[in-house]
Amino acid sequence: MAPKEASIMEGPGAGEESLGVTNGKIGMWTFLVMDAMTFAGLLAGYARLRWTPDSLWPFPIEAFGVIGIQLTAFNTFILICSSVAMVHVLAEQMRGNMDRAEKWLMATIAGGLIFLGIQAFEWTHLIIDKFHLLMDAGYNQNFPATFYLLTGFHGAHVAIGVIYNTILLMGMRSGKVTEEHTSTTEIAGLYWHFVDLVWILVFTFVYLI
Amino acid sequence: MKEITAKGYLSPLTEEAKTNKLVYLKEWLCSTDAKRIGVLYLAFALVMGIFGGILSLLIRTELAQHGSQIFDPSFYNALPGMHATAMIFFFIIPAFTGIGNFVVPIQVGAPDMAFPKLNLAAFWILPPAALVTFMGFFLNSLPEFGWTAYPPLSNNVYSGMWGADFWVLGLILVGVSSTMAAINFLATVFNMRCKGMKMFQLPLFTWSVVVTSFLILAATPVLTSALLMLTFERLFPGVFHFFNPAGGGDPILYQHLFWFYSHPAVYIMILPGFGVISEVVSTFSRKHIFGYVLMAWSMIAIAVLGFVVWAHHMFTTGIALEARVGFMFLTMLIAVPTGIKIFSWLATMWGGSIKFDTPMLFAVGFIAMFTIGGLSGVVLASVPVDIQLHDTYYVVAHIHYVLVAGSMMTIFAGAYYWYPKITGKMYNEFWGKIHFWLTAIFINVTFFLQHWMGMKGMPRRYYDYDPQFEWANTISSLGSAALFAASLIFVVNMVWSWKSGEDADENHWYGDGVNLEWLIETPPNHHNFHEPPEWKPIIRQHVSPDQPGGLWHAKD
Ligand SMILES: [Cu+2]
Repeated sequence: MAPKEASIMEGPGAGEESLGVTNGKIGMWTFLVMDAMTFAGLLAGYARLRWTPDSLWPFPIEAFGVIGIQLTAFNTFILICSSVAMVHVLAEQMRGNMDRAEKWLMATIAGGLIFLGIQAFEWTHLIIDKFHLLMDAGYNQNFPATFYLLTGFHGAHVAIGVIYNTILLMGMRSGKVTEEHTSTTEIAGLYWHFVDLVWILVFTFVYLI
Repeated sequence: MKEITAKGYLSPLTEEAKTNKLVYLKEWLCSTDAKRIGVLYLAFALVMGIFGGILSLLIRTELAQHGSQIFDPSFYNALPGMHATAMIFFFIIPAFTGIGNFVVPIQVGAPDMAFPKLNLAAFWILPPAALVTFMGFFLNSLPEFGWTAYPPLSNNVYSGMWGADFWVLGLILVGVSSTMAAINFLATVFNMRCKGMKMFQLPLFTWSVVVTSFLILAATPVLTSALLMLTFERLFPGVFHFFNPAGGGDPILYQHLFWFYSHPAVYIMILPGFGVISEVVSTFSRKHIFGYVLMAWSMIAIAVLGFVVWAHHMFTTGIALEARVGFMFLTMLIAVPTGIKIFSWLATMWGGSIKFDTPMLFAVGFIAMFTIGGLSGVVLASVPVDIQLHDTYYVVAHIHYVLVAGSMMTIFAGAYYWYPKITGKMYNEFWGKIHFWLTAIFINVTFFLQHWMGMKGMPRRYYDYDPQFEWANTISSLGSAALFAASLIFVVNMVWSWKSGEDADENHWYGDGVNLEWLIETPPNHHNFHEPPEWKPIIRQHVSPDQPGGLWHAKD
């Protein structure tokens, strides 16, 4: 049999009996299940260390200050905006308007970069000015440890997403990703929305409650 | 130079490869054909299985007699962990992934896996991962904390060796590889079935791979998260104190995360074996599997229950009694779906025209001996009994009845069963049967007495033991040597027959194979099917012989 002409990023096509979506989408969904479980493991660890009887854990307001929480809330807003921009990429691509799709994709990438920048600033500030004060006050030393692990692991996801989206942008620029390859964009979008969603969980756990 | 004349997917792809063995080899190592990758997995698993077997022989040699024999205690301490790591992550799981790679795309009627390149990448992570995991052997700094790596023993104070860091990194890599394979299997089965192949028309082996893939997907990342925390704590002890009470951490947390993976891991290692046995028993009994739908659902039930029983490994670590009792009953509940499977296999054989070729011998041997392992599991699940038996040789006996009489024998059954399809040749039946009988006998010689040792209180992982256990340990050690020797028969049979065996037929097992892999040529060609196949739904359920579908196909 002649295998169906497969597009650049999609491998062999779906069979007669399928779930009605591309293989790539199932691949991304299952990958995200895996990734979600990784975060679940880390968040469960966080919860266990924080909510045990004699664990002295600072409230977010003490640890980050009002400005710190507001800054990160703003950062959350940036990431959500970036997600919205990603939705526009797909919408424009479906209309066949690749120019505008590329612009929206640049906005998506910019959102990711701004997020990383603010987070780097926040980390530096906390390391230099804040966390040692908390430790001197006798708080559980796992407060900074879990903070680094959770936000760091998520930050790595954002960084990978920025690279992923940049590759997609290069594909659009070079004409390899055309208006027909909506599923390529959709799959990248799934990842990016997931990163956004996980951040809302991490933000809630670390900065709000 | 002689031309390579292999047929089907084994045939060289280019003119150059026909005469040049190096080009042919390169073609193999870089192939994205799931069948070739499957064979690579199996070859890798074979090598690592021998390696793990040698490690177990070292352990048994040291324990053969009371007192110190050949190793210093610190090297001995490293052996059980290394043996377990080699067998679990580099033998059993890759072996089933290999069989799955070969069989699953054909059984669902697809030309290949959904992501061929990802498939190749997943395989090629394994050899370097093995090198990293066992780096301690080269650096002479083996971790001595067993395969569970409980902190505080595994933190940088008590296990400061580099080998431990490499070991953790290696395990993370293996986890990545097996999740990549799981993603691939799920996309293949859910999305690439041929016409007519509905989910409840799938062969049970494919079903078992689906369920296993979900387990891998949900469980492995939790181990990864625990190992990440452990690594950070080991590398930056001043900042991270997840498992260190002095810094506000909790060592029990590690155990929870570890067993949240490692209990389902047992099902990751046995469910594909269940799938193999369903195929073998059905083929050699000339009957459809008894209770096909229930067989699929019981695997799902085992998988779901498998996620809520992990704390039965922690009955003695000081968790609340109420929690322990809850986990005890949930654990015992797993015996129900497992029992459904055992009785379904028996009912499938009931009234069938059974032929005892080597795969069937292994299947029957598996059903008998795995049941012992399952029953001792129910014994261990009981909280008061477990407090006595925890960390004794009873646990060693239990897990080896599950993994040697279970996983290993099903791997053998699968290897013999699909050997004619994979190689196009037939293995030597006489030596296959010898291999079976030696394996079946010496598994019991090696492991049965360990139940007794455990009940009498001999602790596991120890370098030495009370003299009263000497005779039993000697027998166990002799048994393990014989078991290893029997496995070498298998290796020789597989390799020799591939070169010099007789040619195999398309539907080699008396024409009784009904699933797609038996309906295509032997060995299969590169794309499995010449044109997209159409599956004519069959009655998977067992029905009584006088009703339509009750007889195996009507050809005779
Ligand atoms: Cu368990």
